[in-house]
Amino acid sequence: MPKKFNEATDQKRWIAGAGVFVILALVGFLSNSYVISLMTIVLLFTFMGQSWNLMLGIGGQLSIGHSLFVGLGAYSVAVLNIKYGISPWIGLVVGLTIAGFVGALLAWLSFRFEVRGIYFALLTIAAAEFARIMFSGWEFVGGMQGMFFQAPTGKTDILMLRGDARFYYFVALGVAAIGVLGTELISRSYLGYVWRAMRDDDEAARALGVRTFRHKIIVISISAGSAAVGGGILALVQGSIFPDSIMGMGISVDVLIGPVVGGLGTAFGPFVGSLAAIPLNHTMSAIGDSLGIPGLNNIAYGIILILVVWVLPDGIWPAIVRLYRSIPPLPRLKISQPRKVEE
Amino acid sequence: MTNLLEVRNLTRSFGGLIAVNDVSFSLRGGRITALIGPNGAGKTTCFNLVAGALRTTSGQVFFEGRAIENRRPEDVCRMGIARTFQIVRPMRDMTVLENAMVGAFSWTTSVNDARDIAYDSLESVGLANKAHAKTDQLTLPDRKMLETAKALSTRPKLLLLDEVMAGLRPTEAAGVVRVLQKLTENGLTILLVEHVMRIVMEVASTVVVLHHGAKIAEGSPADVVADSKVLESYLGAGFHA
Repeated sequence: MPKKFNEATDQKRWIAGAGVFVILALVGFLSNSYVISLMTIVLLFTFMGQSWNLMLGIGGQLSIGHSLFVGLGAYSVAVLNIKYGISPWIGLVVGLTIAGFVGALLAWLSFRFEVRGIYFALLTIAAAEFARIMFSGWEFVGGMQGMFFQAPTGKTDILMLRGDARFYYFVALGVAAIGVLGTELISRSYLGYVWRAMRDDDEAARALGVRTFRHKIIVISISAGSAAVGGGILALVQGSIFPDSIMGMGISVDVLIGPVVGGLGTAFGPFVGSLAAIPLNHTMSAIGDSLGIPGLNNIAYGIILILVVWVLPDGIWPAIVRLYRSIPPLPRLKISQPRKVEE
Repeated sequence: MTNLLEVRNLTRSFGGLIAVNDVSFSLRGGRITALIGPNGAGKTTCFNLVAGALRTTSGQVFFEGRAIENRRPEDVCRMGIARTFQIVRPMRDMTVLENAMVGAFSWTTSVNDARDIAYDSLESVGLANKAHAKTDQLTLPDRKMLETAKALSTRPKLLLLDEVMAGLRPTEAAGVVRVLQKLTENGLTILLVEHVMRIVMEVASTVVVLHHGAKIAEGSPADVVADSKVLESYLGAGFHA
């Protein structure tokens, strides 16, 4: 029986993935500090985008409030480290647990009371805004003034997750690689099959024995937990957190723009999308500042989103894959025929 | 032979409309039973009540002696009752094989096991050679058979088929009939909701006739066709057995 039908394409995918990883590692060694800090953000949003992508692209559940989970992760790391001097590693685990639990609770409540689809998405916004306002008024976590990490000494300390920009770049590269690999492994496991079935048709999936209620909670919980890990590292990279920036709608948009632009439900989409969107955002923001037009970056975001949805509705990555597949094995010259003159 | 499924006084009303009214029947193992009746007779509602897709207003459904009415559809499936839908529902951007794998995850978490059983399911409905095709490349009869294969992957004891032969040409329907007969030879019990009378007469060992939500006849195809109430309400004057 031809069971291992996709081994050849599989091998190519692994090689391509490893190749990208090696190139990105080289970027970390060779680039200047501007490129490195920009790419650190790209990689972190790749990871967070991947977590969001798992939820919508494979699980079929839309969240527009992922800043809730990002923020919970960031605050877990910040509070434990700044207030108690506890290692961010533990902060990350705590953040993952809290966000995973909050995500599961939100999903349970929502689906228990039949709040689904777009209404669930609205609920995620409400929950994220609620958390942002709560954290803004909570003095223990710094309120509106936020919290600041100790200024980095520049010395690398893996146990305390401290180091220079290059160190954080490799941390971000590590989690991004784990994110891509994790998504790939999950989508190949039975979870990937039943989640995609649930995404495409809830009723049909249930008729095939898929416990969709349970699986929705699981996928949202995993997505929330991993977004929190990204948020915790983002907080360390930025050196400070404020409720408006780390828990605001802006983060939710930044998280989802990568996978939407890059390709929903794909392993590489969030990376390609973040790579396109975040540098654009930064550049436009800088141009806007110099021209005295604040918010130019948001306009650019809007335009790129419209363009992608219009021209490449599947996202950039699937378009690249199609293009690659359409290349014939041997390059052939297309000789254009002279146009026939109509009589 | 014991009764695999027993439906007792099943009733379901939607507001003032009684879609299924006090229907009782039972299925014997290893046979094909057909549920027939004119449009709006309550066949699909009856079907959905058994499969757990709808809650009952009253009445019981016993499967292997256990009460199963008002259980969730996924739990009913895991107990051994698989169903297909009248409108085919293949999962997009999954191959035929992957579609057929989903059902297997109700009893295994191993992707390899699922792939094996999915192949077996596809083979038993004659789709194994199209395992790696995308579902949108399939013809209508193939899609209908894929629905059956998806259901088979859950390893059911009872298969509920909702109009698998609707819209098929006679030769295509004959192919489906052969598949169904083969499945029952391997011990599967089938409950068929069907419109195509000629085929029902050919494959079913028992026919249950519904009309306006109530059962008006039950028996062998020959008996049912001879029943004056059935002739009157369903088959009309134009039908000659």
